[in-house]
Amino acid sequence: MSTATVQEHVETSASGKAGIEMMTITVRIRRYNPEVDAAPHWVDYQVTADPTARILDSLHKIKWEQDGSLTFRRSCAHGVCGSDAMRINGKNRLACKALVKDLNPTKPITVEPIQGLPVLKDLVVDMEPFFQAYRDVKPFLIAHGNEPTRERIQSQKDRDRFDDTTKCILCAACTTSCPVFWADGQYFGPAAIVNAHRFIFDSRDDGANERLEILNDREGVWRCRTTFNCTEACPRGIQITQAIAEVKRALITRRVI
Amino acid sequence: MASGAQGAKGTLYRGREGMWSWVAQRVTGVLLFFFLFAHVLDTALVRVSPHTYNQVIGTYKNPVVNLLEVGLVGAVMFHAFNGLRIIAVDFWSKGPKYQRQLLWVVVGLWAVLMLGFLEPMMQHTFHEWFGW
Ligand code: HEM
Ligand code: SF4
Ligand code: FES
Repeated sequence: MSTATVQEHVETSASGKAGIEMMTITVRIRRYNPEVDAAPHWVDYQVTADPTARILDSLHKIKWEQDGSLTFRRSCAHGVCGSDAMRINGKNRLACKALVKDLNPTKPITVEPIQGLPVLKDLVVDMEPFFQAYRDVKPFLIAHGNEPTRERIQSQKDRDRFDDTTKCILCAACTTSCPVFWADGQYFGPAAIVNAHRFIFDSRDDGANERLEILNDREGVWRCRTTFNCTEACPRGIQITQAIAEVKRALITRRVI
Repeated sequence: MASGAQGAKGTLYRGREGMWSWVAQRVTGVLLFFFLFAHVLDTALVRVSPHTYNQVIGTYKNPVVNLLEVGLVGAVMFHAFNGLRIIAVDFWSKGPKYQRQLLWVVVGLWAVLMLGFLEPMMQHTFHEWFGW
C-alpha cells in the first residue's frame, strides 16, 4: 500500500456550503472475523474526509460505502455513551472525539481494538470482564441508619471532593491502556478504581471500608505501577493516577479525607 | 495478553513519559537484581579461598568491565532517582500533577552526575585507549 495519500481537492458539501477542504485519507483497520480468520490482520481503506470531522465519520463511510461487514460499536457519537473506545494511531481514544486533522492524516491512520479484552469481531471486544470489575467495587450508594425524609444534604466542598471521578462514562479506554491489565486481566483496572473512588470519598456514603477492603486485594490498587497511560487516555480528562494514589493512601492511613 | 485473537503485530502502545519511565524502572531494576546476584557470588568466593577471589576480581580489570561499571552506576542512579519520583507520585498530593516535571528533574540530575562520574571512573580506561 502506498503511503502518499493526501490528494487535497475542494468539494462542495451537500448543503451547498463551499470551501471545506476535503482530503483522501488511508484508514488502516485491524480486522478479525472469528468465522473465517485465523488471526487479526490489517486492511487499508481510502476515504474522503473532512479534516475537521471525526475518525468515526470515516469508519461510518467505510462501513456504509465500502464494506458493510466492518464491525464496531458506537451510539451517541458525541463522547457521552462511552461505546467507541479504540486504539487510534497507537493510543486509546473515542473515535467520536478524535479529529482527522489531529491524527497526522498524511500517513495511514491505524485503528485497532482496545487491548486486553477478548476480541469478538473487528473493533468489538468482550466488555464483560471490564464491567465485572466495575460491579465488584459496589458502584452504588451504601447508607446505613435511618432513611432521611428529605434529600441527603451535602456541602459544596464535600461534593467537590469526588467531582472528578463522577465524570466516568465507562468507556474502558483507561483500563485497556494499562500495561498491568494487559499482562494480568484479573487486575481491577483504573476504571473500577475510579468508580470506587467516586463513592469512597462521598460524604453521604458509608461503604468506604468495604470498598477499600475489596481494593486491598492482590489484584487491587497495589497493582498500579503509575505509568499514567490511563490518565492520558481518559476522554473525560479524569486525573486517574491521582485518584488511584488517593485510594492507596486511604488504605494506608485508614482515613478518608 | 488476555486474548489470543489480538496476537502479534498490533501497534506498540504510544504511551508517554510515564510509561517509558516505568519501562526504564523495570529494566534497571532487573539489571540491578542480576548485578547483585553476581556480586553476592563473587564476594562469597573470599570464603572459598582469598586467592581465587583475587583471581576472579582480577579479571574485572579491563576496559570492557569498566564500561559495564559505568552502565551500572547509570542504572543505579536512574533507578534510585526515579524510585523517589514514584514515591512522590504515590505519597505527595501534587505528585501526579507534576510527574512529568519530576521526571525531567530525575533525568537532569542523572545527566549531571553521570558527567561528573565519567572522568574519575574511566581514568584508567581513557589512559589505556587514548593515552590521556
Ligand atoms: C536505590 C534504592 C532503590 C530504590 C529507591 C528503589 C525504588 C523503587 C521503586 C519506587 C520502584 C517502583 C515500584 C513500583 O512501580 O510500584 C522500583 C521498582 C523496581 N525495583 Fe527498585 N529501588 C531501589 C533498589 C533496587 C534494587 C537494589 C533492585 C534489585 C535487586 C531493585 C529492583 C527493582 C525492580 C525489579 C523493580 C521493577 C518493579 C516493577 O516494575 O513493578 N530496586 N524500585
Ligand atoms: S475513567 Fe475515563 S477512560 Fe476510564 S472508563 Fe471512565 S471515562 Fe473511560
Ligand atoms: S459513540 Fe458515544 S462516546 Fe463515542
